[in-house]
Amino acid sequence: MAEIIIAGFGGQGVLVLGQMITYSGMIEDKAVSWFPSYGPEQRGGTCNCSVVIAEDEIGSPLVTVPTTAIVMNAPSFDRFEPKVGKGGLLIYNSSLIDKKSERDDIRVIAVPANQIADELGNARVANMVLLGTLLEATNVVKTESVEKALKNVLSERHHDLIPLNMQALERGRAYQ
Amino acid sequence: MAKILMKGNEALSEAAIRAGLKAFYGYPITPQNEVPAYMAEHLPLRGGVYLQAESEVSAINMVYGAAGAGVRVMTSSSSPGISLKQEGISYIAAAQLPCVIVNVVRNGPGLGGIQPAQGDYFQAVKGGGHGDYRLIVLAPGNVQEMADLTTLGFDLADKWRNPVMILSDGILGQMMEPVVFSEDGAVSEVDKPWATNGAAGRERNIVNSLDIIPDKAEKNMLRLLEKYDQIKAEEVRWQEHNTEDADVILVGYGTSARVARSAMELARKEGLKVGLFRPITLWPFPEQRLAELAKAGRSFLAVEMSAGQMIEDVRLAVNGVSPVHLSNRLGGMVPTPEDVLEKVREILEGRVS
Amino acid sequence: MKTVFQKPEALTDMPMHYCPGCTHGIIHRLVGEAIDSLAIREQTIGVASVGCSVFAYDYFNCDMQQAAHGRAPAVATGIKRVLPESMVFTYQGDGDLASIGMAEIVHAAARGENITVVFVNNAIYGMTSGQMAPTSLLGQKTATSPRGRTVEEMGYPIKMCELLATLEGPAYLARVSTHDSRHVLQAGKAIKKAFEIQQQKKGFAMVEVLSTCSVNWGMTPVKALGWLEENMIPYYPLGVYRDVTAKEGN
Ligand SMILES: Cc1ncc(C[n+]2csc(CCOP(=O)(O)OP(=O)(O)O)c2C)c(N)n1
Repeated sequence: MAEIIIAGFGGQGVLVLGQMITYSGMIEDKAVSWFPSYGPEQRGGTCNCSVVIAEDEIGSPLVTVPTTAIVMNAPSFDRFEPKVGKGGLLIYNSSLIDKKSERDDIRVIAVPANQIADELGNARVANMVLLGTLLEATNVVKTESVEKALKNVLSERHHDLIPLNMQALERGRAYQ
Repeated sequence: MAKILMKGNEALSEAAIRAGLKAFYGYPITPQNEVPAYMAEHLPLRGGVYLQAESEVSAINMVYGAAGAGVRVMTSSSSPGISLKQEGISYIAAAQLPCVIVNVVRNGPGLGGIQPAQGDYFQAVKGGGHGDYRLIVLAPGNVQEMADLTTLGFDLADKWRNPVMILSDGILGQMMEPVVFSEDGAVSEVDKPWATNGAAGRERNIVNSLDIIPDKAEKNMLRLLEKYDQIKAEEVRWQEHNTEDADVILVGYGTSARVARSAMELARKEGLKVGLFRPITLWPFPEQRLAELAKAGRSFLAVEMSAGQMIEDVRLAVNGVSPVHLSNRLGGMVPTPEDVLEKVREILEGRVS
Repeated sequence: MKTVFQKPEALTDMPMHYCPGCTHGIIHRLVGEAIDSLAIREQTIGVASVGCSVFAYDYFNCDMQQAAHGRAPAVATGIKRVLPESMVFTYQGDGDLASIGMAEIVHAAARGENITVVFVNNAIYGMTSGQMAPTSLLGQKTATSPRGRTVEEMGYPIKMCELLATLEGPAYLARVSTHDSRHVLQAGKAIKKAFEIQQQKKGFAMVEVLSTCSVNWGMTPVKALGWLEENMIPYYPLGVYRDVTAKEGN
């Protein structure tokens, strides 16, 4: 069972990234759930979502001890780095987070996601770069499921963006 | 049958439309806003009426009118708005009108907050408005059930001529999970010869809740109670897991049941004999089954996002045969499986009385 | 033998419970006659309110719903929106419409809800035995304004036709009276008009009918009629406050 938290500023594609993973899991016929933070917390600028992917019926959809956390800004790093479960994975956006994890019981991967996205010419694919890192580091969902999910999640008129998204994903894989 | 990834609030809305919904009357409040938004987007294109009322008071009375006119109708709100609807709900129950009322519960009392909670349990199952009446209260535990219990809700409402409440919460409303809608498209509507839709070629019909002559009013009340007894006999629904050998049975509905399920799994991994009992109908409450499960040497642990409301019904059912404990969070906080597990350990180690 | 008086088909045979001299009976009759003359009984759904006319569902010989206090316009909206070809009317008192149900009436009017509202203004709460209403006149003594209504304590009586006439939604607003037979005749015409407006799908129509409550006013029925004419009409001028059909020249 994968229990993932994705967190960052609103507008960084945090919720969409969570939906992408959830959707991909659904395509693979796994049990999946996605739950967003909502309300004042979100308006304060940060947002996060919980994603659970399991073989069997899912209990709590609210992730409290993540097996993986993907954090895209410094406040989210501070909040979720300590929460990752033993043996878990922390992927963070080192373009915006100038910190290092002190933990030795989890795996930590720093990815300059914004820098890579800028190199690709579209700041909005930073989230996909981090997804690439996740796909390489774990087998939570398959890449071809993500490609299928993209077609479903993106509206038809944005389908020309799929190659760029897949490119971002590939760049993310290099960081392990 | 394709799976669709949907928010609970949207799945519920889609199911309602597929159930032949003809009118939705609502008023904005978080965390149920996806329901009116979905209705406004889709219902008018699919043969129904969407109207934003000036208040929840108005909305529920519009429901009264449309239900009396014989169509499938629904409203949704969240806790403070549901309080305002209580007057109308009492009238609807008294006039025996079928409708579905959705409460996506948030934390309270007062204005409270917009985070998920279960503090409206008493209001929903004990009668939040004035007088002796009951709602059929359904508690979905996942997004699929948000859809399925809405469909069932319309059927039960029509079958019993009784308002049905879907008692959901902020998590179930906001979360996304895969949902499958059956594709047969059949709407199981019943004949409503009592509806006020124009007395053409028949005696006039009256939709009314006034009952001013005591002996007649008592007879009508007894008839109503008879109906409630029948509902109790026929419509109780629940789910249980691992209850047979359990030393501790967790009892929870909705989101709490999800947390309890995770706690049960953690406990079983540790070799602790923990089971789960999930009421699906909160009224009628599955009291008989709980009574059967009660025995010496077994404890119950109610898991709730309230000060402890459902626990009273568990205690009534168990009737002193087994101890009943509470694991809860308040204020929009969601209990964690770890919290619940810790309480289970306390019980098993005799650290609680 | 020639029939000179006949009960409208749109009224039942049920004896009415109103006090002697009460004008509710007359107004019921006017509504019944309007329904008959337009031959709409079989498609009409009435909504009774809470007040002395709470039993109106026993008297109107058409489908009826009984609404909670003040909520009749919302109930009527609920019906009309799902049965747009039906004819829907509410029958409300002044406490019901102008106090507890102010939001419902204002918003139904603002939406231009295609319903007919019969608003009976008797300047008092009749059913609950004579408390001050939002339409009670300045100086008027009631159970809850025993020394007379004062501006300082209770503010001003509300003029519903004028108030609703500030909105774009209403298609027809008229104030009529029941204090003599000539005015009763005019009231009947206005009520019929309010149903016609609905039939033509022109929108919200309300007729405010000034009426008496001799028992709670503490007067004989005849004196009450005089009091209405002398005190209510100056504050609540009769007339048509909105008529969208007038603009169209018919
Ligand atoms: C919520 C609620 N509050 C109060 C009442 C009590 N009540 C019944 S009738 C009435 C007054 C009605 O007065 P009005 O609308 O002027 O009609 P009238 O009786 O004068 O015809 C009141 C306050 C009620 N039924 N419901």
